[in-house]
Amino acid sequence: MHLHDTVLAGDRLALARLLTEIENDTPLGRSTLNTLFKHTGAAHLVGVTGATGTGKSSLVNQLALYYRQPPTGDPPRRVAIVAVDPSSPFTGGAVLGDRIRMRELSGDTGVFIRSMATRGSLGGLAAATAGLVQALDAAGFELIFIETVGAGQSEVEIARLAHTTLVVEAPGLGDDVQAIKAGILEIADILVLNKADRPGVEAAERALLGMLKLGHPTKRIAPHGLMHDVAAADAELAASVDWIPPIRRTVATEGKGIPELVAAIQGHRLHLEQTGIWQRRDRARLQNELEGLLSSQLVATWRSQVSQQRYQATLDDLLERKLSPRQAADALLNGRAPNGAGPA
Amino acid sequence: MPEKKIRVLVAKPGLDGHDRGAKVIARALRDAGMEVIYTGLRQTPEMIAEAALQEDVDAVGLSILSGAHMALVPRVLQLLRENGQDKVRVFLGGIIPDEDVPKLQSLGVAGIFGPGSSTLKIIEEIRNAVRLTA
Repeated sequence: MHLHDTVLAGDRLALARLLTEIENDTPLGRSTLNTLFKHTGAAHLVGVTGATGTGKSSLVNQLALYYRQPPTGDPPRRVAIVAVDPSSPFTGGAVLGDRIRMRELSGDTGVFIRSMATRGSLGGLAAATAGLVQALDAAGFELIFIETVGAGQSEVEIARLAHTTLVVEAPGLGDDVQAIKAGILEIADILVLNKADRPGVEAAERALLGMLKLGHPTKRIAPHGLMHDVAAADAELAASVDWIPPIRRTVATEGKGIPELVAAIQGHRLHLEQTGIWQRRDRARLQNELEGLLSSQLVATWRSQVSQQRYQATLDDLLERKLSPRQAADALLNGRAPNGAGPA
Repeated sequence: MPEKKIRVLVAKPGLDGHDRGAKVIARALRDAGMEVIYTGLRQTPEMIAEAALQEDVDAVGLSILSGAHMALVPRVLQLLRENGQDKVRVFLGGIIPDEDVPKLQSLGVAGIFGPGSSTLKIIEEIRNAVRLTA
């Protein structure tokens, strides 16, 4: 029996081993993923990002608990969690601690949690995260939560991978100028204000609301200098093409605000499906993955053709300032140095 | 470039009150270039075996201070075997009386490290044990 058959049959150990093969980019991992790819595309991929210590893991824990036992009486969903933590840039080692907050999910075979280290990738995810998510999707998990590393301002890779991106904030992390900076807040489909029992929650929500209003000026018109909502019919039209990220307050450690957050996630999914954005995001995500593979394979092909000696000689010229970095790259790619400088 | 990393689950079964030692070990293994999955205090053997399976680890490090090791460790070993993870090497740290050591070793514990053990020795033994099963 092939690995992909055992994974499709629901063997959890086979799935765990496949995830390792994919993470290590082995031939077995690649070929199994090739076979499994046609079984992907059904899962709702939900990204969870935000600064360190805002409570991402606790929030994912609560969301998974909710989807496993919906109080509304809906059938439980199979939930997978991919939790990414950083690798040390010096030793390559990592401490992956997201499971600490997810102990309540233990013993439930409808949940699969996998921790992974970034292994040198920037952007908040690991290079193999997309592959792991595909394997879990093929294995039949209906909701896949992808928790990024503690993200600062520019770890926005998650928005390319997920259908729905939650950006988790907490009171006291910054003023309203932080809220209008480019980057992580821009990628939010839903803003989560966690630790909402802490002081400063009103100010934090005000700053986020202000950011949203500045960012979505089409939703408001200002005739005669007065700000008011556009007419109802127009608003409906606007809502069908536009999505204004809702802000949801939660206290993840106590499970407060979770039903409302789940409603927002479901609402966003509905919005994606009704507007055709689901397919557009799918296309963009796969294109992004294709581009990434093309770049890395082109680099690998090129590297196998250029001699180490020539590469080192060009590097030496660069170090001696005979070539600029751009000239050195041109020299290596074209096989000749510009302006006759450096090695031929 | 992707490469094979040693993945270790560091877990504290039972009712110990603190996890200082386990954190020191987790940090030392990290600095040795390993990927350490740390699950925190008060884990049942079932939780540990399940995490070891989902994370597909090469080794499990158990830290027990409470004296319950003769009940907890055999159960973890049994569950790992039942899950098909008999290749996973199990190491033990904490307060383990000398007279229990031969019994635990015969059950399949790959290494036992009491207070004062050198982290370098622990790293070395994990590397060797994982290399042998690879």
